[in-house]
Parts: sequence; C-alpha cells; structure tokens
Amino acid sequence: MAIDRKRLLLIAVLVGACVLPFLLTNYRNFQLTLALIYAISILGLNILTGWNGQISLGHGAFFAVGAYAAAILMSKAGVPYWATIPVAGAVCLVAGFLFGLPALRLEGLYLALATFALGVAIPQILKYKGIEIWTGGVQGILLTKPRPPEWLPFRLSRDQWLYFVTLFTSGVMFLLAHNLLQGRIGRALIAIRDHPIAATAMGIDTAMVKSMAFGVSAMYTGVAGALSAFVVGFVAPDSFNIFLSISILVGMVVGGTASIPGAIFGGLFVQFIPNISEEISKSAPWAIYGVFLIVFMFLLPMGIAGALRMLLVRFKL
Amino acid sequence: MDAFLHQVFSGLAAGGIYASVALALVMIYQATHLVNFAQGEMAMFATYIAWALIESGFPYWTAFGLTVLIALAGGILIQRFIIRPVSNASVLTVVVVFIGMLAIFNAVAGWVFSHTVKSFPSPFPSKSVLGGLLSAHELGAMGITLVVLIVLYAFFKWTPLGLAMRAAALNPVSSRLCGVRVGWMLAFGWGFAAAIGAIAGMMVAPIVYLDPNMMSGILLYGFASALLGGITNPWGAVAGGFIVGVLENVLGAYVIGTELKLTVALVIIVAVLTVKPSGLFGKVLVTRV
Repeated sequence: MAIDRKRLLLIAVLVGACVLPFLLTNYRNFQLTLALIYAISILGLNILTGWNGQISLGHGAFFAVGAYAAAILMSKAGVPYWATIPVAGAVCLVAGFLFGLPALRLEGLYLALATFALGVAIPQILKYKGIEIWTGGVQGILLTKPRPPEWLPFRLSRDQWLYFVTLFTSGVMFLLAHNLLQGRIGRALIAIRDHPIAATAMGIDTAMVKSMAFGVSAMYTGVAGALSAFVVGFVAPDSFNIFLSISILVGMVVGGTASIPGAIFGGLFVQFIPNISEEISKSAPWAIYGVFLIVFMFLLPMGIAGALRMLLVRFKL
Repeated sequence: MDAFLHQVFSGLAAGGIYASVALALVMIYQATHLVNFAQGEMAMFATYIAWALIESGFPYWTAFGLTVLIALAGGILIQRFIIRPVSNASVLTVVVVFIGMLAIFNAVAGWVFSHTVKSFPSPFPSKSVLGGLLSAHELGAMGITLVVLIVLYAFFKWTPLGLAMRAAALNPVSSRLCGVRVGWMLAFGWGFAAAIGAIAGMMVAPIVYLDPNMMSGILLYGFASALLGGITNPWGAVAGGFIVGVLENVLGAYVIGTELKLTVALVIIVAVLTVKPSGLFGKVLVTRV
C-alpha cells in the first residue's frame, strides 16, 4: 500500500509540474526553472556530503565549470544548447574526480577548508587573463536564449520551453540518483560515511568510491551549471562566488541531508525565500539564510524532508 | 633589487596581518579542534564597530580598546550560545553553523552599515619609513602584531587563567577534576580569538578599505598560514603568516601576476594538507583505531 501511495504522489507531482507552466507568467516560469536547476545541484552536493559524508563548501566551483563549459561550447564551437548538457556533465565528472583524489587524504574539517578555498578562489581563476579568449574575462559570455523548436505541435514561450528542458533533465538526473543510491553503491557510500574502517573491512574500495562520489557529485552540479548558462543567457565570474556554494549548502541543509526529495524542497527554498525577503532589505536574504542554517541544525537536523517523514510516521499515514 | 626588497617588505607587512588571523584560528583550534569559518566575518564586523565608534567622535585608541573589549565579549557570547550546544555534534553540523554565522555577519554588516566601501583611519602617520620600503602604517601594523604576540605569550605563560586555559585545551577531563571550569575556558578562547581578529581587521582596513567582503581573501591566507605553520602550533602559525605574506607578494609580482593571488592560498592549502598535513612546525597527530 505504502509503495502505491508513493507512486501516486509522484505521478501527481509530475502532472502538476507539467501543468504549472501554463498557469504562470513567464517570469514565474523562469524562477521555477532556476529552482529546478538549484535542485539538481543540491542533489549533487547531497550525494557527496549527505550520503558520503565528505563536506564540500566549494560546489559553486563545479557549477561554474559546467556553466562555462556550456557557454564556451555554444558561443565558440556553435554546439546546440541541449548537447552541451552531457558534455558539461562529463567535464565536471573528470574535474570532480581529479579534485577528489587529493581530497581522499583530507577528512571532515580539512576537506571543508580546502573546498572553501576553492569556492573563494574560483571567480579570480575565471577572470585570469591567460584564458580570457575562452572565458571573456571579467565581462563573461553573453548567450542567446534558445527558442522552442519548430516541430512542436503547440506553441510555447521561450521560458516555458526552457522550463520543460530543465524539468526533463532533472527528471533524468533524479531517476539516475534514485537508482544509484538505492542499490549497492548507495549502501557503500553510507557505510563509508558512518564507519570507514568497517566499510574497508567489508571489502569496499574506499578510495575509489570516495573519488567517484566526488566525480558524480560534481557531474550533477555541472549539469545544473550548464542548464543555468543557457536559461539565464549569461555567465560571468562574479556570479560564481562563495555565496553560490553557500546557497547550495543552504538548500541541502534546509531540504534535508541524504534525501532525494529534499533536494527539491531545498531548490524551491533557495530560489523563493530570497525573493520574499528581499522586500525587507537587500542584505536580508543572507541574514535569513544564516539564521535558517543555524536554526535547522539546532531544531531540524534532517531538514524539511526529515520533518515530513517524521510527521507521516507520527500520524501513521 | 630594490623592487624585490620592496615586495619582500610589503609581504612581511601583509604577513603580520595573516599571522594575526592565523593565530586567532589556532586559538580556537587548540581549544576545540574546530576551524572557525566565520573568523574573517567576525573580524570584519568588529572593524565596522570600530568605524562607528570613531565616526561618533571617540579618539582612535579609545575606539580601538573598546572594539577589542566588545569583540572579546562577543566571542564569549557566541561560544556560550551558539557553539556550545553543537560542540558534540558531527563535523557537518558544526561547519554548517559556522557558515551560517558567516552569512549572518556578512549580511548584517551590509544591512546596518551599507555596502558602500568606506575608508578606515590609521593611527600612524602617512609617510614611508626604512628608506621607502614600508609605509608607517605597515610598520605600525607589524609592531602591533608583535605586541599582541608578546601579550598572549605572557598571558599563557605567567597568569593562572592562562595556565587553566592551556590545561583545559590539553586535557579537559583531568582539568575539570582539578576544578578548572573547562566550559568557560573554551569561551575565553573564543573571546580572545575574536579580539585578535578584531585587531587584525582594524590593521588591515586602512589598506584594503572597509566593506563587508574585505576579510574573505585574508581569511583564506589566514587558513593557508595556519596550515603551513602547523595548526597545532601558535608560533608556527605566526611564522606561516609571514612566509605566506612574502610568498604571495613575490609570486604575485614576478611569477603569476596579481590576478591569481587567491589561487596561491588555495594551492598552499591543498598542497600542505595532502603532502604534510601537520605543517612545517606542527605536531604529527596519530589516531588510534
């Protein structure tokens, strides 16, 4: 029974997600698209930090690499926008795997430190003169937002079309994550998080699994970055500062660590709470983020997803 | 040669500030084995308080002293109310709380004091010394760093409170049995760290100007210094600060250009952590499994 109800809920959410863009303005659609993009990157961080216990405070760097990979492919090589998504994912998979290798020697706090440094340093690296012909330096790269294709039987606005592209991509990514995390690999990730020595004794290749977790996590975030590049139509170094990394972290903590649906709650939170709070003051969103981070750690360490699960158990739904 | 010497000296001047930040980080690490990611933002906020005090008419040194006291009290309060409840929680929890504090301080500073860049006064005359190698402010900042070091050394060496704090950091259980109030010692550690950070902030603000993001790069260099010198050794952290300062300036001037200076810190951090995690002067930690 429980499984059927879960499936029903999933179908209802999917139907809702498909109907919603026809009821909303273009601007709201755009915001919803960004929330989905955040959700993908939060899922990526969650695979690394939530499931595997490796803390990253610099995932904005992989988001930036994905976004720049897509933007450079589109503007310099004329690659169609949809084809940049897998390429950006592959680039970030490799980048993440390589960063994960030295990270093997770092535990807990020290990994957090190294990734924090990566997150702080990335805008400066992107501005570097030596790669300016590719990255456009401080100005960044301006892209034309893709149009809906001609073969569609009905007319969609540009923002609606991009919403569906993002919805489809995130559907694929969430399904992949679900299958990956429910099985052997998911259990290996959790075992390494909870007791690395026991995990090794059980025959898990700890080093390999940890670096792959880094790679896959970076791949998710890179895919999100690629989507953001053509959805926003613009990439520039200063939009990938340390606060992007912190936003992704906020989304993970508020949504729920080690929870797949939690990533969606997190994405919606990170996208829409600043909108509401910006009416108070320009700085208010970050103050509110900070307060939420601390309050959630004190009161709801499992995030929104954990709280919902607890309510369901409590009321035997 | 003159240009090179100039780079080395301004590196040493910057190094003094990194050394202070590194010292604040080591202070908290020694007592609690945590790395405070909000250290830079706490220092930035304290500097804004100093700015507000000076603007409202206090003379510089009075504002300086008041700010150090406010930072001390603030650090103690933060430890008592925010850090202590999570002190036994997982590393992720603690890191998230630190990042939360970082965001709050950054946002509140922008909210209260506005995001416009402000100039911050220096207590030292605006002329160059040592044949043009250093500005008087840079020399003064180095002097203040040294004074802070000597005061701390004397405090930990010769006062009963300093002894109790060292005992609490070294062996909390035995110290508690001897009647040391370990919880309060940790809180004092946070207070001192906040005060040292505030001094570093006030010394760096005349150079980089005051804005809510002024400490993010400096915090990174502070991390690099603390790790390079060995995060278990206060003297090592100070030495690390001067080494990183000189390295950053010389590499920036002759090898990689000024645009990639932050990457130097990133490379130092990753290299030290992977090649020699105990740093140059740190204790090698052995974990029993």
